[in-house]
Amino acid sequence: MNTAESNISPSAPVDAPLITGNQSFSSVTRRISEIVEVELKKTPKAWYIAFSITSSLAGMMTLMIGWLLWEGTGIWGLNNPVGWGWAIVNFVFWVGIGHAGTLISAILFLFRQRWRTSINRFAEAMTIFAVICAGIFPGIHVGRAWVAYYMFPIPNQMDMWPNFRSPLLWDVFAVGTYFTVSCLFWYVGLIPDLATLRDRAVNKVRKAILALFSLGWRGSNRQWRHYEKAYLILAGIATPLVLSVHSVVSMDFAVGVVPGWHTTIFPPYFVAGAIFSGFAMVMTLAIIARKVYSLEDFITMHHLENMNKIILVTGTMVGYAYACEFFIAWYGANTYERAIFINRAVGPYAWAYWTMVTCNVIVPQLFWFRRWRRNIVWMFIASILVNVGMWFERFVITVTSLSQDFMPSSWDYYTPTIFDIGIFIGSFGVFLTLFLLFLRFLPMIAMSEVKGILPEADPHYYKAQEIKDKQVIGTEGEQVQLS
Amino acid sequence: MPEEIKKIEGVLAEFGNPKELLEAAEKVRDAGYKRFDCHTPFPVHGMDAAMGLGPSRLGWLVAAMGFAGTLTALAMQWWMSAVDYPVVISGKPLFSFQAFIPIIFEVTILFSAFATVIGMLGFNILPRFHHPVFYSDRIRKATDDGFFLSIESTDPFFREDKTKELLTAIGGQEVEYLVAND
Repeated sequence: MNTAESNISPSAPVDAPLITGNQSFSSVTRRISEIVEVELKKTPKAWYIAFSITSSLAGMMTLMIGWLLWEGTGIWGLNNPVGWGWAIVNFVFWVGIGHAGTLISAILFLFRQRWRTSINRFAEAMTIFAVICAGIFPGIHVGRAWVAYYMFPIPNQMDMWPNFRSPLLWDVFAVGTYFTVSCLFWYVGLIPDLATLRDRAVNKVRKAILALFSLGWRGSNRQWRHYEKAYLILAGIATPLVLSVHSVVSMDFAVGVVPGWHTTIFPPYFVAGAIFSGFAMVMTLAIIARKVYSLEDFITMHHLENMNKIILVTGTMVGYAYACEFFIAWYGANTYERAIFINRAVGPYAWAYWTMVTCNVIVPQLFWFRRWRRNIVWMFIASILVNVGMWFERFVITVTSLSQDFMPSSWDYYTPTIFDIGIFIGSFGVFLTLFLLFLRFLPMIAMSEVKGILPEADPHYYKAQEIKDKQVIGTEGEQVQLS
Repeated sequence: MPEEIKKIEGVLAEFGNPKELLEAAEKVRDAGYKRFDCHTPFPVHGMDAAMGLGPSRLGWLVAAMGFAGTLTALAMQWWMSAVDYPVVISGKPLFSFQAFIPIIFEVTILFSAFATVIGMLGFNILPRFHHPVFYSDRIRKATDDGFFLSIESTDPFFREDKTKELLTAIGGQEVEYLVAND
């Protein structure tokens, strides 16, 4: 007993506090709630400016998609060997970005990484918005988007069912499930915080809306009991799910016979890359949100440094995968495989390949050094470079393999058109528009979870505090007894 | 008009911190009460034991529904690929279950996730917008920084005066009756 008590003594050396600025429960509530409780009229001008830019980009994308549906996929740069262009690259890019949100909310939860509470809410939001962007691309890439429902196992006029042996169909199920589960997970996490906002609301309409969505939550322990179990189960099932999603995405390629795609390393390689790019996106957004909303006490340097460590680990894993691919291409002695890899490094797309290697493998290596891990300007630049690199990774995989496959007579160079580029930029508009709405209307940090990791949240804290008080005022004899 | 008959539906007390609430819950439990609850801004560690609650049985429901998802996906793919629309693809058998595994997995997860969320809400009887604790204005603090204990009048041990005295005796502050205010 005595040892147990001395272990929890607040004077014992512990890691740097997760939340700084001497926060109390109510200061956490106030600090996070006030951001979303600003009157509509008093929304910062910068928000409106950002929103008008992002929503214009989203509007531009909508117009371009309209033109695409009218005119057909010929407006894209696709050509005969390269039937998968930017649409597929963007799809894989956006799905990958989503993965970090689930990693933070589910996998770090299972590993009891308590620092996740400051960033999980908006990482989860980012997941949902990224998957929405991802979902746009296969939908329009099918060409005849009005028959996209053929992808789902629903009865149709041809009396046909989809081919369940195709990885493309697995994708429909994987991404569909991923989106649904991410939304459920996110909403479950939001319920206690919506109740907090409900209880603070002064405006009647606002209160009614929040009451509706917080489902009458009253923070009772009988509810928390099932709630915590539900959260644990969701984390438990989201973990294999997130690993499966990008594995299935990778099988879209790996199951094909195209050289450069047909490799068994693809599933783990894609998952590592997905988490890598997703963390970089969380980093980009976190640095901006932290600065704009002055949340330095909640998203501390400690959080950013931890994220940089994960970027370093996953970036190095991705670098290993690149090396491994090259090794196997040589060791496997398959002529086409060898040729495609040599082509990637020195062929017509070498510029894309080396952009990818520089951004993904070399840039994160600076994070070995504590100084660079804690340098905000550098980590912001690095997080953007990583996503540039990860976009190029998908471009290199998709386009280099297709543009130079088995028959030299069918080779062709692929160049995007203005519509490829416009729709991609527009998807950032959709993503950021949704993200801005989220920042404006929903608590971007999980208040109930952050309160739960404050030292005061643990009943043992007060026992330890009593012991400490006694030690201060007690005699030497008592101190010996206690220690 | 006769004087309004006010029905007391429970008692609510506030405690200073999670530890005090935890100890209060233990005492209320030991006094024999069953229909009482603690209201906290976050789940308090050890509270389930202090209130005498067992572990949540949600896991069983999820496991059952997840298994139902497995069977649904298997049956769907078998029936669609091997019975209703048999087409030989890549020379594979009609019922090539290996290729069906990814979708079986995804549907299992999908069913489990819905079972988790709907089951959690079902066990918690949510949504429920009306509850005696909401009669108190101070309960709003429970989602901010307040730690409350409520005992419902439906509890067989509940006595208007004695229950209130008990909560005061174990350190409850601002003990109040929960009475419908309109």
